Amino acid sequence: MKHDVVIIGAGIAGCMTARFLSRYDLDILLIDRADDVGSGASAANSAILHSGHDPEPGTLKARMNAEGSRMWNELAGELGIPIKHTGSYVVAVDNGGLPMLDTLLRRAEANGIPGARIVSGAELRGKEPLVNPDVTGALWTPTAGVVDPFAAVLAAAENAVANGVTFQPETTFLDFIIDNDTIKGIRTDKGDIECEWVINAAGVYSAEIMHRAGVRPEYHIVPRRGEYLIFDRQKIRLENVLFPVPTDKGKGTIVSTTVHGNIMIGPNAAEIDDSGDVSTTTSGMDEVIASARSLVPSLDVRYVIAEFAGIRASGYPDRDFIIEASGKPHGLLNIAGIDSPGFVSAPAIAAQAVELLRRNGLPLCEKDGWNPIRKPRPVFREMSHAERAEITKADPAYGRIICRCEDVTEAEVLSAIRSIVPARSYDAIKRRTWLGTGRCQGGFDYPRVIELLAEELGIPVTEVTKSGGKSRFICRATKDVNDA
Amino acid sequence: MHDRYDVAVIGGGPGGLAAAIEARKNGAKRVLVIERNERPGGILPQCIHNGFGGDIFGQDLPGPLYAQRFIEEAARNGVEFLNDTMVMGLDSDLTIHVASHRNGYIELHAGAVVLAMGCRERTRAQVRLPGTRPAGVFTAGTVQRLVNIEGYMPGKRFVILGSGDIGMIMARRLTIEGAEVVKVIEILPFLTGLRRNYVQCLRDFDIPLELSTTVNRIIGRERLEAVETVRVDPGLKPIPGTETLIPCDSLLLSVGLIPENELSLRAGAEGGRADGDEPAGDIRRG
Repeated sequence: MKHDVVIIGAGIAGCMTARFLSRYDLDILLIDRADDVGSGASAANSAILHSGHDPEPGTLKARMNAEGSRMWNELAGELGIPIKHTGSYVVAVDNGGLPMLDTLLRRAEANGIPGARIVSGAELRGKEPLVNPDVTGALWTPTAGVVDPFAAVLAAAENAVANGVTFQPETTFLDFIIDNDTIKGIRTDKGDIECEWVINAAGVYSAEIMHRAGVRPEYHIVPRRGEYLIFDRQKIRLENVLFPVPTDKGKGTIVSTTVHGNIMIGPNAAEIDDSGDVSTTTSGMDEVIASARSLVPSLDVRYVIAEFAGIRASGYPDRDFIIEASGKPHGLLNIAGIDSPGFVSAPAIAAQAVELLRRNGLPLCEKDGWNPIRKPRPVFREMSHAERAEITKADPAYGRIICRCEDVTEAEVLSAIRSIVPARSYDAIKRRTWLGTGRCQGGFDYPRVIELLAEELGIPVTEVTKSGGKSRFICRATKDVNDA
Repeated sequence: MHDRYDVAVIGGGPGGLAAAIEARKNGAKRVLVIERNERPGGILPQCIHNGFGGDIFGQDLPGPLYAQRFIEEAARNGVEFLNDTMVMGLDSDLTIHVASHRNGYIELHAGAVVLAMGCRERTRAQVRLPGTRPAGVFTAGTVQRLVNIEGYMPGKRFVILGSGDIGMIMARRLTIEGAEVVKVIEILPFLTGLRRNYVQCLRDFDIPLELSTTVNRIIGRERLEAVETVRVDPGLKPIPGTETLIPCDSLLLSVGLIPENELSLRAGAEGGRADGDEPAGDIRRG
């Protein structure tokens, strides 16, 4: 079977592009090497919808950020994506930072960012009591926000699949099939796939993939790892997004709220050799904490409930986003170098990708019955007592609490496993339901979730994994039990 | 099922059961124990080792039997039970919101509420263990449940961090079940659990205990492949050059307990208690 378009990489860029393309009469296949969508940079990042004050005016980053920022509101409504309109502050804690705020304000204006202005230290202290009392001023941009990044990737993927896109996980790209300077398909570890167009949205792997087609041999991705810490929302909360004044190293360590109300701090930036190495390090976490404390001195490490690291897919030597159809071979569209502000830019990147396909001769006919709406699933944790009583009457599985910290029910776990983009591992359920993310970090829910996955997938418990591959939890039954 | 009780006890562990029995003996008419597991006893049903009951019954009992004594005494005294039920909220007028598969999401009312929710285990993040996030890193109590209640072995070769009692007891239990426990390591310069458990669970089974040592790095992408341990100085700072790589597929954490106080926090009972709230048992620890 021949597909019109194969998209490599089910991160935010790939899934959003799949969703935008799904309105046209095309056969689209979305593949990813992982067992789920959103397993790379897209689900482990700062979760911020940047206003667009930071990118150098005139760059693709500046344009995509500004356009993406304008698209998110409507898109989040259509796709049922949790976002929080926080605005953001770039905080100067001494007089040395103030000139940089003016530079950023001019940049915001050049980038067409509405509502940006400089506020005094006193005004910010009034808005955010936890901020360093030595704050001298801040750049306020009202259009910034925060998003649940995995929920966004999943929503785009689910809407794409509902509109006819096929998602095939655990499929690794190996090479292109090229004939007469034209893409005919790709080779994968699951066999050859024929297609007209390939969209390379493979994040940290995007450079090696374009090299296989002989495109931009000088271009490479240098994986830059960033570490993050999450705090117990019962112990400390703030409602804002606080950036330090940027340096030549980047936007610096952010202190922000999340859509779930936890404080998140991070990232640092460490260039690493292995693009899959999402280890946290003692020195990295110490660095993040020290930097975050210059913005919010009262952050207490005893209230940290989770740590993680993510990899930014930063491109070199060209530091800008790459969204381009290669002239030779024909049929390859590369989306590469999507580091910050990639998440907020994703809808604009997807729209740009669609436009490039159109200009390069792919016929785009709108199909009947395309449905832009994807309804979010009920979240028990967010319901009133009356709503909980009602939904539990309709489905008693809501009465069985699987995760006690985050109040996740059996009904929500089953719904994640039975989704059109199904959760097939513990981490996949965790990302969908927020189960296991609270203070006990899964200690209570492991046994029940392992059994539910085994039952639903029809596999022995010894085959249930944390995140696909060989990440199994259980090796055998105890000696006095005959079958597992 | 009634919806109005003189005393409602949240948590059916030994603390909650003892409180319920005393409430009945002291004249409370309707006393209810709300338990999230399918049967009361709290954590005791998974504590199949002995060592319980010396003080109260003058006998050395395993956990499930010790729990059974309390459950029977509670039943004899007319205590009522609501099992497989999670308390989701407690209002200041002592309305209790509970969820269960059988009864749905309902309200109960009590003249007094006893909070006896016990403890939860401290996790990897709370002791800040750097490295990857593979399968195979568990808290000791979770493994105790997997092995003793569910009947599953979660690994073949274990390192245990923390010389708390659950960790040492699980070192013995896993050894009996055919796993290899390489060693128990403890960041402090002394044993934190009971001496008795050190003798019966580690020394008698030739499991080494290494003090002033901690886990420096968790290694392995999918399943745990190794941990790097490191010696620490008296200030608990790692001593460079003392790193040791230990291949293993499981790391058990026995690094302390914190009170299970989610509900108390929601009810505003932490610090200034709501009228009629009384914490009991393990929840007062930590």
